Amino acid sequence: MADIINFTIDGKECVAEKGTLILQAAQENDIYIPTLCNYEGVKPQGSCRICTIKTNGQFVTACTTPVADGMEIENNTEEINDLRKSIIELLFVEGNHFCPACEMSGDCELQALAYRFQMMVPRFTFQFPKREIDARNPKILMDSNRCIRCKRCIRAIKDEKERSIFAFHGRGRNIEVHIDPDLGSKLTDELAERSVTICPVGAILPREKGFRTPIGQRKFDHEPIGSEYKY
Amino acid sequence: MENNTVHSAIRKYNQDKTRLMDILIEIQDNENHISDDAVRIISEKLGLSIVDVEQTISFYHFLSKESLGKYTIYLNNSVISNMKGRQIVAETFENEAGCKFGEVTEDGIIGLFDTACIGMSDQEPAALINGSVFIHLTSFRVKKIVRDMRAGKDVKKMHTSYLGDGQNKSEYLNSVVRNNIMRMGPVLSDDYNPGTIIMKNLAQLTPEQVIEEIKTSNIRGRGGAGFPTGLKWEFCRKAKGDKKYVLCNADEGEPGTFKDRVILTERPKLLFEGMVIAGYSIGATEGILYLRYEYKYLKHYLENILEEAREKNLLGKDIGGIKGFNFDIRIQLGAGAYICGEESALIESAEGKRGEPRDRPPFPVEKGYNDCPTVVNNVETLCSVVKIMLNGGEWYSSLGTRESTGTKILSISGDCRYPGIYEVEWGLSINEMLDMVGATDIQAVQVGGPSGSLIGPEEFDRILCYSDLATGGSLMIFNNKRYLLKDVVLNFTEFFIEESCGSCVPCRSMTPLLKQKLEKILNGNGVANDLEDLPKWGELMKINRCGLGHTAANPILTSLKNFRHLYEEKLERGKEYETGFNLEQAVSESCEATKRVPDF
Ligand SMILES: Cc1cc2nc3c(=O)[nH]c(=O)nc-3n(C[C@H](O)[C@H](O)[C@H](O)COP(=O)(O)O)c2cc1C
Ligand code: SF4
Ligand code: SF4
Ligand code: FES
Ligand code: FES
Repeated sequence: MADIINFTIDGKECVAEKGTLILQAAQENDIYIPTLCNYEGVKPQGSCRICTIKTNGQFVTACTTPVADGMEIENNTEEINDLRKSIIELLFVEGNHFCPACEMSGDCELQALAYRFQMMVPRFTFQFPKREIDARNPKILMDSNRCIRCKRCIRAIKDEKERSIFAFHGRGRNIEVHIDPDLGSKLTDELAERSVTICPVGAILPREKGFRTPIGQRKFDHEPIGSEYKY
Repeated sequence: MENNTVHSAIRKYNQDKTRLMDILIEIQDNENHISDDAVRIISEKLGLSIVDVEQTISFYHFLSKESLGKYTIYLNNSVISNMKGRQIVAETFENEAGCKFGEVTEDGIIGLFDTACIGMSDQEPAALINGSVFIHLTSFRVKKIVRDMRAGKDVKKMHTSYLGDGQNKSEYLNSVVRNNIMRMGPVLSDDYNPGTIIMKNLAQLTPEQVIEEIKTSNIRGRGGAGFPTGLKWEFCRKAKGDKKYVLCNADEGEPGTFKDRVILTERPKLLFEGMVIAGYSIGATEGILYLRYEYKYLKHYLENILEEAREKNLLGKDIGGIKGFNFDIRIQLGAGAYICGEESALIESAEGKRGEPRDRPPFPVEKGYNDCPTVVNNVETLCSVVKIMLNGGEWYSSLGTRESTGTKILSISGDCRYPGIYEVEWGLSINEMLDMVGATDIQAVQVGGPSGSLIGPEEFDRILCYSDLATGGSLMIFNNKRYLLKDVVLNFTEFFIEESCGSCVPCRSMTPLLKQKLEKILNGNGVANDLEDLPKWGELMKINRCGLGHTAANPILTSLKNFRHLYEEKLERGKEYETGFNLEQAVSESCEATKRVPDF
């Protein structure tokens, strides 16, 4: 039998197996912690910081930190929710997100989080950066305007020799996602489809297949993101 | 020709993809760029994709796919360099070379580029030209340098002054760099014969006993974070792993810090001995010295010292006659990224990758280099360790203050008579420090580099120690003539924007927004609200992954706290609302075109 440990989230008593990451532990206890860069089945890398929780006076990311016995976690608090909302706002101003004109509207996790956290107008100044659209790949279209640099595509999609098909280029605020010219042009239908699914926003789009799911029937059209959790 | 360089670099590093950094640096240095062809060959030979290779190249400041010129000039653009006359030097470079910074001359001979602090703050303005350090630049000197370049002279033959002091003038260095050791203490003192501990003492001690001695000394890491060294070693000793590593952090990227450069020049044997002691304690067989690219001029010299150590059985097999104690050291060059000083980024970089910090836990002591237990220590920490083993932990803990034991080597620069290196006991006050270096009429001191804090005279009685003013050793002094917000705070903030790895949303995107606000205030368009926003927005920086993100807003936040009047005097009076928009300016172009004079 695995070790069972006790901890609390916002005062609620929870249990989990030892070694479980806080995010998963919360979900198992029916508690929602927002995520963006995390994707089930892909090795976590805490970069978006939206899953930040507070424990022992310290901020840590729930997607990368294992839960410990007796941990007291603050999650759904005013302080933390405002930090999370700030991150969403930052993402909106650092890129170019014109949701009404976006193919992924309704299926987009960023947009859904903005609704859930009731973002009206970002408190920060829009940066309107100049970003590229890469239409060279035969199967997918990369619209960097919408990329939130979550690295989901980079981490999840490799060829059979573990080589990267997507990778970062540059550093800091100028970071971009590039598609490999060779491996990308040989992208299988399966990997192309996976890259579209794995992208939380409308940065990776399938070519020649627009609006596959009609508006109104999309993931977040009827219920806010995270509605599957009770708390 | 180029392909030969590429193939031989790949061969030299056994087609090992964890040595990608070394391969790229070798090609960059020989061909002054890394071409598409080179990238393709590397990717094929190393089993990587093209974007894999390019993600590493594009991360590092000194690697480039475009040619950077036969002579590549990197002129430091740090605060201190500016204070010491960078502007006229830069203008002269541009005029004489005939191109702007960020460009290469049409004939491909000269490339002009900015670079962050190169660890020469006590001899600015300084530049790196094809890896060689040029100090104390003036426009007169620049004209000669450019003439020499046009004449095709070798950079090593361009120097016009004496070589530097101490080992700088040794045959392996031939460098004009100055040590400026102004005050020696127990760590820097030259009365020790390196190798003594390894040869005479180590065999009598178990690794646990060594760790115990280090713990008794109470020494904490000298790289900035201040983690207790004995404890770190103990964790690593106890961690499970077939292979363990000692990494020495010689990335020294915090602007205004240069003490590790001096140690590497004058006391390298002490450092390597410290690494051997660390290796013995944790059970490591391999050590890596991660040397920042800016200090590449030291590499050959250091390698020669390693070779000597091998000959003397201070490295290699059965070191110091201890059966089964095998340990060797290699040097890993960085390629220009301040973030690689952060220990987990340093590990990533030493593995040939982008220097993106890792999530913790797991910590390097459990899972570090090549996922093996690893101790990362600063240069100064490892040197201090040897002296602790020589004189005892008790002795060491009698120095300094009760909770900050021992000495600290300070790098002091800026407005003072005697910039340079000072080894002092912890507990020195800022007033005493200013006295020591001959500084008068001082407006502010930046303690701990840009990631530290900017303090004013009311706080000069505070002392250097972990519980008051903790510091990795950078102290920059600003006199009453400096315009702190523009000359200092803005420059530091730009530094962090340049150096963020870009992973975390707040680190890469909030810092530029804070900078925009600062500029708005500097331009006279700030309102009272802006001063409220800065600290509020700055809160978000706490949730970044690593220390860079945690401190990137410090220049603004600490100056706002300690020099609020400088911000307030720039505000638009009596306005609460957003005035970032300047109507006059916005319509000026159309007014000009239509020859109309607006009536506001
Ligand atoms: C952005 C950043 C840069 C750093 N740069 C350095 C550095 O140049 N040298 C250094 O020794 N430590 C640096 N550190 C601290 C290291 O992460 C680490 O704490 C240190 O090397 C551990 O050695 P110590 O315990 O001997 O100090 C840096 C940390 C951060 C967050
Ligand atoms: S393309 Fe999509 S999945 Fe990839 S980093 Fe950008 S937002 Fe994330
Ligand atoms: S805080 Fe900044 S430098 Fe550190 S990991 Fe995050 S983005 Fe990179
Ligand atoms: S989901 Fe945890 S940091 Fe992005
Ligand atoms: S709606 Fe979010 S990126 Fe398209």
